[in-house]
Amino acid sequence: MSDTALQAAPTTKARGYWATVARRITRDKVSMVCALILILIFASALLAPWLHLADPYQGSMIRRLRHIGTPNYPLGTDELGRDMLARLIYGGRLSLIIGILPVIFAFVVGTSLGLIAGYVGGKLNTAIMRTVDVFYAFPSVLLAIAISGALGAGIVNSIVSLTIVFVPQITRVAESVTTGVRNMDFVEAARASGAGPFTIMRVHMLGNVLGPIFVYATGLISVSMILAAGLSFLGLGTKPPEPEWGLMLNTLRTAIYVNPWVAALPGAMIFAVSICFNLLSDGMRSAMDIRN
Amino acid sequence: MTDLVEIDNLNIRFTGDRTVHAVNDLSLRLGEGEVLGLLGESGSGKSVTLRALMRLLPRKRTQIAGSVKVLGQDVLAMDDEALSAFRGQTVSMIFQEPALALDPVYTIGRQIAETVIRHEGKSEREAMARALEMLEVVRIPSAKRRLESYPHEMSGGMRQRAMIALALACKPKILLADEPTTALDATVQIQILLLLRELQREFGMSVIFVTHDIGVAIEICDRVAVMYAGQIVEQGTLRGIVRAPVHPYAKGLLASTIHGAKRGARLETIPGTPPSLDHAPASCSFAPRCSVAQPGCAEKLPPNVQIAPDHAARCVLAESASTAIT
Repeated sequence: MSDTALQAAPTTKARGYWATVARRITRDKVSMVCALILILIFASALLAPWLHLADPYQGSMIRRLRHIGTPNYPLGTDELGRDMLARLIYGGRLSLIIGILPVIFAFVVGTSLGLIAGYVGGKLNTAIMRTVDVFYAFPSVLLAIAISGALGAGIVNSIVSLTIVFVPQITRVAESVTTGVRNMDFVEAARASGAGPFTIMRVHMLGNVLGPIFVYATGLISVSMILAAGLSFLGLGTKPPEPEWGLMLNTLRTAIYVNPWVAALPGAMIFAVSICFNLLSDGMRSAMDIRN
Repeated sequence: MTDLVEIDNLNIRFTGDRTVHAVNDLSLRLGEGEVLGLLGESGSGKSVTLRALMRLLPRKRTQIAGSVKVLGQDVLAMDDEALSAFRGQTVSMIFQEPALALDPVYTIGRQIAETVIRHEGKSEREAMARALEMLEVVRIPSAKRRLESYPHEMSGGMRQRAMIALALACKPKILLADEPTTALDATVQIQILLLLRELQREFGMSVIFVTHDIGVAIEICDRVAVMYAGQIVEQGTLRGIVRAPVHPYAKGLLASTIHGAKRGARLETIPGTPPSLDHAPASCSFAPRCSVAQPGCAEKLPPNVQIAPDHAARCVLAESASTAIT
């Protein structure tokens, strides 16, 4: 039958949502460059022990604060004569962990809280959102410092404190997106076709809410890194001699007049990673907006 | 003919900052294989009645009194589990704006399959096969490909077809249609109406069709109920009501359609605006706008008069009409 032949002919399979998003983001040059830089930084941090780098802990009194480009020390040495390149790469391991883990934790907790608050509404919404507002009222730096200070210095504690800082922000975004989606016709249509509240939350709410929250959370990674660096800078995060960008920035600040370029390097790393995450999240935002 | 839906003395109040008496003392029957049109202007309680039938109204802010029975089951007494099974399988609903009533992040096939899996416990593959079958039933061209489409990739008419496919996926006995053609343009409108009519016969469904467009009602309905201010003011066979409307509001509604109006002549309109629904009506709600109102109309509720075997009107005028007939 010619009719079936016609129907079988066009085999250009319609793409799935994420496939379309992926295709659109690969066309965005800025996002791709940022992704490339991030992949490089991640890969080098991950593969640090196999890169034949100098020992990031081994200092030397005679070769302190060498300039960038010194033979054997491509990025110079720090105030204790340790190789900057090695320290920056090893430092990335800690810095990236403290930057990303709190956002992941906060993403899980905040999305759940916001989804429940937004979908159930009423008194539960008030209870959750007003509690969250209490935390939100503090400037995030101050809150992070206060919690870290109370819990004591250390990597785990700074991850905990940063998570607490980000949960309210993500909860608020999740709640506002959920309330917007909750009143859409398709939620009523789902109820009319017999879906219970859990199905609606799991399928229809989460599906529509995840995108925007994900984009927002990606933007938070840079904030998290900066806050983590700040905590280390204040001595509340990582402890020396552990290489970590924030801490390195702190210890090198005394050398800012002697060797400003080397002193600025950890800052440059923080800046590069933050801006890449920010631009990437911008790119994702526009790539996910398929409907337009 | 057995009645699938029996609504008796239904009263619906929305409480909150302001009480709204959305539906007042409404009684309705829907027979097997019948298409009933609920006709009325915005705010007359058509959609609220439909939603009450499926218990879709917000639980906290709604008071429902009266009885709603579907296939002999008391809908108002159902628990959550029974409701979930009831919705979508016994009764299902299509909405006015298909662009909003379909979830934008899932493919059409996925959405239909989801419902089938939930109600019939079918496997993913069987559900997808059903979805394809449904898309073919509603005559979506190249259905196989459309299975993978997202709602935003389809045209308005196609989306409404997909919505109908979704609603019919579990072969419901009763279909509630909430102005399904209002958001579509005129040519697509008639296609969808014809499709609905055809599917109704094919599936042997009963349909309650809500509309404010009397032309649409004429196209598809067997019986019509005209609503005003949360009450049914006149109901009967399509023929009976279109040929000889009794209630002045039904008359006005029929006269104000553009179908068959003379070019250049002013369209008939009903003067005034619908009443606020802050209080339950104690007298005829239409009396303030009625051109033939009598002194008694503003004092007590008009009687519900049976004019013919299947024709009733809530109006004092109906009494004289019924005596005229008998």
